[in-house]
Amino acid sequence: MNALAAAHPILVVALIKIIVLLFLMMTSLAYMTWFERKVVAHIQARWGPYRVGPHGLLQPLADGLKFLFKEDVTPAGADRFVYVLAPFLTLSLAITSIALIPFGPKEIKIFGASTPLAITNLNLGLLFLFAITSMGVYGVALAGWSSNSKYPLLGSLRSSAQMVSYELSMTLSVVGVLLMAGSLNLSEIITAQQGFAWGFLPRWNILAGPLPQILGFFCFFVSAIAETNRLPFDLPEAEGELGGGFHTEYSSFKFAMFFMGEYASMITVSCLATILFFGGWLSPFPQTRAFGWAHYIPAAFFGLAGVALIVHGVRYLTMFGRVALPAIGLALCGLAFLLTRHGLNEIAQGPFWFLLKVLIFLFIYVWVRGTLPRFRYDQLMAIGWKMLLPVSIANVVLTSLAIVVTQR
Amino acid sequence: MSAETAVFLVLAAVAVAGAVSLILQRHPIHSALSLIAVMVSIAGMYLLLGAPFMAAVQIIVYAGAVMVLFVFVIMLLNAGQEERTNLSRMAHYIGVPLGVVFLAEVALWVARGSTQFTVQPSAASSTRGLAELLFKDYVFPFELTSFLILIAILGAIVLARREES
Repeated sequence: MNALAAAHPILVVALIKIIVLLFLMMTSLAYMTWFERKVVAHIQARWGPYRVGPHGLLQPLADGLKFLFKEDVTPAGADRFVYVLAPFLTLSLAITSIALIPFGPKEIKIFGASTPLAITNLNLGLLFLFAITSMGVYGVALAGWSSNSKYPLLGSLRSSAQMVSYELSMTLSVVGVLLMAGSLNLSEIITAQQGFAWGFLPRWNILAGPLPQILGFFCFFVSAIAETNRLPFDLPEAEGELGGGFHTEYSSFKFAMFFMGEYASMITVSCLATILFFGGWLSPFPQTRAFGWAHYIPAAFFGLAGVALIVHGVRYLTMFGRVALPAIGLALCGLAFLLTRHGLNEIAQGPFWFLLKVLIFLFIYVWVRGTLPRFRYDQLMAIGWKMLLPVSIANVVLTSLAIVVTQR
Repeated sequence: MSAETAVFLVLAAVAVAGAVSLILQRHPIHSALSLIAVMVSIAGMYLLLGAPFMAAVQIIVYAGAVMVLFVFVIMLLNAGQEERTNLSRMAHYIGVPLGVVFLAEVALWVARGSTQFTVQPSAASSTRGLAELLFKDYVFPFELTSFLILIAILGAIVLARREES
């Protein structure tokens, strides 16, 4: 292994990073379903998955097995090739975009080769992310058409029209950030947000700079919710309206692939929102000597979570829970202890803040889903073309004005 | 054989296969999908030629917007499978060999004409360079082009409008 690593270091290191990130991504996709069901349930004053494993933690496993073993029905008259291609396209494009996301500033050593905490670091990273998003329309369009059925066709046409419309305002709302950062490279956009105004206010794009990008963030996040077909913009896949929309005729694993593709786009968009507007892996605490204790926040976080799990777990209802929950709690405490070691702590700072912010955005996604009613289709398109597009163009104009004025 | 040549051969094979399949497929949607494959492999070739911005824009505009329009139209018009008509024997037995000979002749002339297929670094390679060219040296044609596109959109809307009766 070491000889192979010495001969082709870039390839081996990249492969290892890809495998690790793919594994993490698939696990988080599975547990996103758990997270969503739990949060929506608690918003609706009920408990959500509770029985399958302690606190429903094994529910994704049960769902995954169910999807694997269900009967795979192909509708009569469906175009075979396109019918199978559509969910593949959706899932593979959605997962590909995770390759462009930087997770942290420091470099780690794999097999002696020093490598940054991202799979790639393209100079045009943001542009390629938007290219991948714009190709995502095909999954939806082809899925509905190839099902050879009325409701899926209607749902997919509406959904692709919606995605194409909101792509415009999504890409335009980001131009303000690009003007302030001066580069399309995601790592450079993050490093342009370093520094603290007045000593304590982080210079993230939403707060500081020539013009706080509040309008831009609003347009971006709303367009992103519409782009990923989530409530309140999910009329094309609403059960009551269209019988399930473009994924009606899909069963078992292909349906699961659509779902995973949707969650993967949600995760990608949340990562983008943190990178572009909220400083990515930058910590909200100033990096001065007075705030040196802030470096131990990751360790404290995991330590507290571990202790809470242990205390709660030993008095859990089922036997399995009484063993599993404290075990997870112990593992988290172990992780917290490892994070107090100086070397690991430095490496883990960036990813910790990044993942925390992404988690907050995912929570907002699910929160909005559980709270707001659905938009009617004409209201949906009106919002995209008549409100968000002019507002994002106005944001570009205002940001350029602000930059010119403050640079004089 | 360097990695660049190998990647170029793969991309070229995909592009040619896509183009041939575009003509030979019987269902319009399959032809549209083949055209998308051609567009994406051309974007890859732009990358090889040292124009990453062009590659990304090719995917965003061509594969992500123009072809979506094509696929939309095909889906809405509910175009079905084409029927094989077997019109003319002559086209089959003389046309195809003549076509191959024509292609070989074009390839010969191209190979003889230019000896240099390497990447020429130009001012338009980077995004910044391209932006400076577009907005400083060629700003007038750029604005005229956007004007033309606006006129085309207006014309399309007027032509496709339903008559108020």
